[in-house]
Amino acid sequence: MLEIDLLLLFMIASAIIAVQVKDLLSSVIAVGAVGIGLSMSFLIMKAPDLAIMQLVVEVLSLIILIRATIRKDLPFSASGRWAFNTFSMILFLAVFLVFAYFSFSDMHRFGAPLMKVSQEYLGEAMAKTGAHNVIAAITLKYRSIDTLGEVAALFAAVVGVLAIARKVSRPGGIRK
Amino acid sequence: MSRAGNKGMTLIVKTVTRITLGFILLYGIYIALNGETAPGGGFAGGVIVALALVHVMLAFGRDVSLKWLHVGGLRAAVSIAALIFLLAAWPRGQRIIFGNDIILPVCEMVIVGAGLFAIFVALVLVSKADKEAE
Repeated sequence: MLEIDLLLLFMIASAIIAVQVKDLLSSVIAVGAVGIGLSMSFLIMKAPDLAIMQLVVEVLSLIILIRATIRKDLPFSASGRWAFNTFSMILFLAVFLVFAYFSFSDMHRFGAPLMKVSQEYLGEAMAKTGAHNVIAAITLKYRSIDTLGEVAALFAAVVGVLAIARKVSRPGGIRK
Repeated sequence: MSRAGNKGMTLIVKTVTRITLGFILLYGIYIALNGETAPGGGFAGGVIVALALVHVMLAFGRDVSLKWLHVGGLRAAVSIAALIFLLAAWPRGQRIIFGNDIILPVCEMVIVGAGLFAIFVALVLVSKADKEAE
């Protein structure tokens, strides 16, 4: 698994750059590099569905971050309150390490996951649903309610945006 | 880029956008329909459709794209797709009613594409309103 280790190093380095760099555009591009590395590692671990999803969502979120949020006159404060910042950083790091110790000691070894429900899905999905892609069979047949909730959230987004954009399409209409 | 966003990009970008837009939309629909046999699915296809719309908006500028954006048609399409999805995915007992391998990904594609594009439009409009307020 040398490729995975190299990609993890690349992603960690990009994340540190994204946090530390001063320029906002460079920071956004470093975040994009983290996402592309994640997509490549999905591809190496033989999950092309997740790789496609991660790639397209990464491109879209990168465009949104660059186009819609970056401006030159953003208020930006990096200085001041260093005592509080250092204290909170150490506190959250300690909490994270404690919880990570307990949860990682309970986790299964990488490459040997716990297979209870997934084993049943893997064994019976092809015969029961007739789909060739087991992931599509699981997301559309076994867990359709999950997709329904996701669609409901996006539907709410569309309705909200149509309520906002209406003011623009009728100029001056709401101010009269 | 965002300062000159009202006018859009150069003629080269506009021409290439005009040529490639159909192919990008077709690829999104292909990904959505082919999710049963190959990697992909309704969500990835919908994101690709949203990317095609974002592409048009970046190339031609905000005002032209918002003029093209047919609010009533978009609302009707999204509402019909959500209704079909709700009917198709509603569980009755053990199995879903008519969960088809074609209908569900297409409805998911329509809703995801419109939703993500709508989020982009909302962020652009909010940043424009901020800029006007300053």
